[in-house]
Amino acid sequence: MGRKLLLEHANVPGIETFEVYRRNGGYRSVEKALKTMSPQNVVEEVQASGLRGRGGAGFPTGMKWSFLAKPEGVPRYLLCNADESEPGTFKDRYLMEKIPHLLIEGMITSSYALGCNQSYIYIRGEYMWVLEIVEKAIAEAYANGFLGKNILGSGYDLDLAICPGGGAYICGEETALIESLEGKRGNPRIKPPFPAVKGLWGCPTVVNNVESIAAVVPIVNDGGAEYAKIGIGKSTGTKLISACGNLVKPGVYEIELGLSVEEFIYSDEWCGGIANGKKIKACVPGGSSVPILPANLITKTAEGTDRLMTYESLAEGGFASGSMLGSGGFIVFDEDQCIVRNTWNFARFYAHESCGQCSPCREGTGWMEKVLRRLEYGQGHMHDIDLLAEINKKIEGNTICPLGDAAAWPVAAAIRHFREEFEWHVTHPDEAVKRNFGIASSHMPLV
Amino acid sequence: MSISVTHNNTDQAEPQFSAEKLVEVQRIINMFPEGKQKSALMRILHLAEEEFGGWLSVPTMNYVAGLLNIQPIEVYEVATFYTMFNIEKPGKVVLEVCRTGPCMLVGSDQIIEHIEQKLDIKVGQTSADGMFTLKTAECLGACGYGPMLQCGKHYHEHLTPAKVDELLDTLRKEHSEK
Repeated sequence: MGRKLLLEHANVPGIETFEVYRRNGGYRSVEKALKTMSPQNVVEEVQASGLRGRGGAGFPTGMKWSFLAKPEGVPRYLLCNADESEPGTFKDRYLMEKIPHLLIEGMITSSYALGCNQSYIYIRGEYMWVLEIVEKAIAEAYANGFLGKNILGSGYDLDLAICPGGGAYICGEETALIESLEGKRGNPRIKPPFPAVKGLWGCPTVVNNVESIAAVVPIVNDGGAEYAKIGIGKSTGTKLISACGNLVKPGVYEIELGLSVEEFIYSDEWCGGIANGKKIKACVPGGSSVPILPANLITKTAEGTDRLMTYESLAEGGFASGSMLGSGGFIVFDEDQCIVRNTWNFARFYAHESCGQCSPCREGTGWMEKVLRRLEYGQGHMHDIDLLAEINKKIEGNTICPLGDAAAWPVAAAIRHFREEFEWHVTHPDEAVKRNFGIASSHMPLV
Repeated sequence: MSISVTHNNTDQAEPQFSAEKLVEVQRIINMFPEGKQKSALMRILHLAEEEFGGWLSVPTMNYVAGLLNIQPIEVYEVATFYTMFNIEKPGKVVLEVCRTGPCMLVGSDQIIEHIEQKLDIKVGQTSADGMFTLKTAECLGACGYGPMLQCGKHYHEHLTPAKVDELLDTLRKEHSEK
């Protein structure tokens, strides 16, 4: 059983209340930071921990913090990105629903480190009931002197509020999130200037994922060096993985980075294998934006070494034979699933969620969706497959934000690994409409 | 989506929050520094939808603009960008079934089809009795608990056709009385 740094107490009855959370060691990091550490000390611990952003990009959190501009007399803001919308990802919801005070504690300690006196949590609008849970916990934190003026007599003031989105995936992109929090449409901004210099209301701003902020709590409690002992290489600490698709036990798991993919999928301690006794056909290990892996590249790399749940191991082989840890949205496909249908489904998602600001993304995502739908419904042509690759190249790298890339990569990877399945849809138009391209017609080795 | 000022989105009487809701509005505005009250817009729009029949009519949006001291166009552009906001009047109960990959893998297509048959409508339509509007939604963050649908603030997860039937019955009863 791996160590649990975030979810250790998630199932203690009443843990969503201040009292029970406090009794289980809650808010110690705030006491420790405010009473015994300087803000810079906290930043140093986070740097020493090697914590990487848990929202998907994996950028070192401590480094992101070190970029924050600190001009005299200008307020700075810490924003928590709780706009969890990447298909396959539902870990932040779990954390906030179960143990809301952990996020609030992380927000206080992190805000202190960054010198922010006003912080916000931006949560996706559909999670309205989670917003209510967190808001109740915020009120409790105020009532107990952990928020507001002169916290614990330290002289440090912090106000914290939570704001909802309105159902736009793009607002998970940090500059779109800032726009949305300013009460505008979620159109990403051109960078530079980066939020660290010019963010919310033109002030220096840090945007961190829920899980990254929660991880600051054990890092401050036990020290960054202790946190860095968990994991392998540059993948330190624990990670929440939200496992879904055709698994025996889908759900949210906290793993120590470095666990083998094989163990994660098949061990009874984790996902318990593929549902209904079926075989695995493919896996998208880090949310819908990352490349899909065929069965033979999930538990082993192309070189035949064990694939591990780390940023590096999942990416091994680059785009040719690897993928990414991403947000930890781990989607598993059984042998009956149709890759073309799923690729179309994801393309439709991105077409729906493109903000429309950049033409390559606005037009390209819609175009890809149409071509893929045509293929899925038996009306495609062989040259459509290459056309998709062509559209891909025209989106990738040509947009303000990474949504364009996120839309292009999964399509490119699906064609790379499952080209014959796309071709089958062209050569068997009648069957393509009637049934999925399942194990019976697959030449891909299944594990 | 564009807003056209036609009978179906202006037919509402002048909307007005209750005194109690106005306190809530002020609380939301107070979350932001002075002069940044526009940041309260999203949350107040959610509140307005809840209060004024589950959608944002032009009078509702104009009213919210007045509360925040911003131009009506600033409200329209936000209301039309975010898919959660209804700018046309929906049925009494809006069902939003998640249709994205992970839910599809565990049978959301079948759930959508089942509801369509049961209510004799297609996605995007409202049942003849004005009770149910069926919509699909992109990933709602319940991937491990699919298939699922959202109704108001509630998530209904691990759906089966039988569970859907039960849910429709319950919702029909609840909302017939209103």
